[in-house]
Amino acid sequence: MTTLAPPAAPVAEPEAAPVPRPSRRAPAPGRIGLVAAGAVVGAVVLAALLPDLLAPQDPLEISLSESFAPPSAEHVFGTDQSGRDVFSRVIHGARQSLVIGIGATGIGLAGALVLGLLGGLGGRIADGAVTRVIEVLYAFPGILLALILIAVYGNSALTQMVAVGLATMPGYARMVRGQLLVVRGSAYVEAARALGHPPLRILVRTILPNAFRPLTVLVTLGVGQAIVWAAALGFLGMGVQPPTAEWGAMLNAGRTYIQQAWWMDFFPGITIVVFTLSLTVLGRRLQRATDAGALR
Amino acid sequence: MTDLITARNLSVSFDGHEVVHDVSFSLRPGTCLGIVGESGSGKSVTARSLLGLNGPRAEVSASTLDVGVDVLTATEQELRALRGSRIGYVLQDALVSLDPLRKVGTEIAEPLRAHGVPRSQHPQRVQDLLTSVSVPEPELRSRQLPSELSGGLRQRALIAAALALDPEVLIADEPTTALDVTVQSQILELLEQNLAAGRALILISHDLSVVERLADHVLVMHHGRVVEEGPTSQVLTAPQDPYTRRLLAAIPSAGSRGERLSDLPPSPITLATRSEDAPPRDTTVPVLTADGLGKSYRGPDGRTRAVVEDVSFSLHPGETLGIVGESGSGKSTTAWMALALTEPTTGAVALDGEPWTGIPERRRRARRRRIAVVQQDPLSSFDPRWTVGRTIADALPSARRGGAEERTARVAELLRAVGLDPSFAARHPLTLSGGQRQRAAIARALATDPEVLVLDEPVSALDVSVQAQVLDLLADLQQALGTAYLFISHDLGVIHHVSDRVLVMQHGRIVESGTADEVLRTPRHPYTRQLVAALPRPELEEIA
Repeated sequence: MTTLAPPAAPVAEPEAAPVPRPSRRAPAPGRIGLVAAGAVVGAVVLAALLPDLLAPQDPLEISLSESFAPPSAEHVFGTDQSGRDVFSRVIHGARQSLVIGIGATGIGLAGALVLGLLGGLGGRIADGAVTRVIEVLYAFPGILLALILIAVYGNSALTQMVAVGLATMPGYARMVRGQLLVVRGSAYVEAARALGHPPLRILVRTILPNAFRPLTVLVTLGVGQAIVWAAALGFLGMGVQPPTAEWGAMLNAGRTYIQQAWWMDFFPGITIVVFTLSLTVLGRRLQRATDAGALR
Repeated sequence: MTDLITARNLSVSFDGHEVVHDVSFSLRPGTCLGIVGESGSGKSVTARSLLGLNGPRAEVSASTLDVGVDVLTATEQELRALRGSRIGYVLQDALVSLDPLRKVGTEIAEPLRAHGVPRSQHPQRVQDLLTSVSVPEPELRSRQLPSELSGGLRQRALIAAALALDPEVLIADEPTTALDVTVQSQILELLEQNLAAGRALILISHDLSVVERLADHVLVMHHGRVVEEGPTSQVLTAPQDPYTRRLLAAIPSAGSRGERLSDLPPSPITLATRSEDAPPRDTTVPVLTADGLGKSYRGPDGRTRAVVEDVSFSLHPGETLGIVGESGSGKSTTAWMALALTEPTTGAVALDGEPWTGIPERRRRARRRRIAVVQQDPLSSFDPRWTVGRTIADALPSARRGGAEERTARVAELLRAVGLDPSFAARHPLTLSGGQRQRAAIARALATDPEVLVLDEPVSALDVSVQAQVLDLLADLQQALGTAYLFISHDLGVIHHVSDRVLVMQHGRIVESGTADEVLRTPRHPYTRQLVAALPRPELEEIA
């Protein structure tokens, strides 16, 4: 190596000057909302992991003398027709709902990855086939799909998970495929090809991480959506059966007694709403953060 | 005659950040005022403040700001009545300034509607306007969407919209940026006609040569201040301010060949990659040859369309071959075939005398490090997740990548070679300025120690003074490393400055080739003559 001459003078160019431009983006949701959302999600996750820590009673413990008790200091959410503590059941239902939500999203995502990768990277014929499959899945009503699955495989959390997973799959698949096509044609992938990197290395180090980046946000939003779906199935009596605590199934059970015991439906319902809303708030926040970090 | 526009001590700030400082000028009827400056110099903000268009966050102050009404005290209604009828504003970037979902005619009729011209008169007025800006088939064009028009036609349509109410003053903000040189010439001609017809014009541009052709009086802006002003010929031939001088010297042209464009000192570059005992490169044997290259695509209608036809050239070590042509001339496709990223339909490329196209990619892969590319838009050519350092490290040949420490040292060395501080390794490309990004892109291209560097419009997105620095850097690097350049550009001045030999492409074919001076000083082909004639800088050529 020969001598290294002193480097050129520092580049006398203004750092990207602040361009005055009115911000079009809506202001970020208040910090309070964010903290509250985080607290709700944290509490639900804790309830799912350690329900006995939070629940004052056994969710299955029947006490007929206390049936239909309205919310009180002893039973904050009241009791159901068999005198079970609704608050404890909501706590214990968190695990079911969360497992189904995450599991369904996982199943949907796994299927979407297979389809999306095949379509985005497999060439024209594979892409055509994948696009058709996605379209058919889109056109198929999710509830009907779930009905068929449950009719064939019977009521269980797993069937519920698979049904919701299949219903959410085409959305993810389309996203994965589109992202792959965009990233594959990008200038930085071209640059990597020009450097002579082998295709597998470009795929693993450049294409996949960039294509999946927006997916992380979508998944956060998707878990909430899947929980609503699962609750809907539970409400229709498909999925986990009573007396197991599950939010959707609790809604269904309370439906019959809504005239005399509104709390049986109100509290599981509000839990679903608040939890899903919190996930959405967090997801949006994450989206904004990644958008700001992404280049285009 | 009274002045149409008077601005005294105009200052504009956004959120306490002053972007225009104490600017004064006036505009007399029938004259053209040029405002020159680089991006961020405040020239557009200055123009927009004349119409009160800077938005609610702008704080505008001036001792006088008179455009027929006092802008500072005028109500929004008064200002609205002013826009279009007294002052026509031609927006920057015709490609995005037209609503993609509205027909061109509707867009042009918009100011007519806003100012209460009866609807029945619109179609006729629109066609008259389009005719006045020399749009062929005005009736057809007014019924088309912006996406169906070429860039030049869109710019004409924007000018037509600005002229709709026959304003006394026309403000044109970068009216020719992003247009091909022949189209740019036509647009300037159109503005010239308006000027001759007695309309006053404020012309804003980063390009001194554009302003030079039309303006009577020039303001040179830098960091929000007017650093120099005066009659155009005086400012451009006898500039007083050092910034103006630097700006003028930065313009690449035939006269600047072999000279430095920026005032940065030359940086003697040495890279450890080049082993000392490597045999000197034989400069008589071409390192890259293309023979009868052609590329055609099948269109949606099933017909094949040739994008490139019968292109042959050879590139010797250490030399620069310039390819010049307008958009759609096939120059980028040619570059991509040279990189073997696009497989030619006919013909072949050879690298180091061995076949480079027509072989499987896996046989090329090991040799890819011998030919590198610098793309037009450096930002999109970086993986958005990676820091500059990681991007460059990723380009290092695996044999030399070594340990983490060695890698960091190599990245630092490459960054220093392109005039960037090694601390840039930790930065994300988004936080870099345009020139810094392009330097980083060059550092990445050099990481493999290539013999050939394909530069696809490497400076077309940069301000002229930054462009000067990058061109100087490329010259220094070539001097030090002996790399051969295949330099693609639409800018004849840049091509003339950098190239030893030049190919002129039109409609996918080479229409003329030879040494840079032969081709660009004494062009033989009519198309080359047209290109050279369209250069709006005859005077600058002489003083350069």
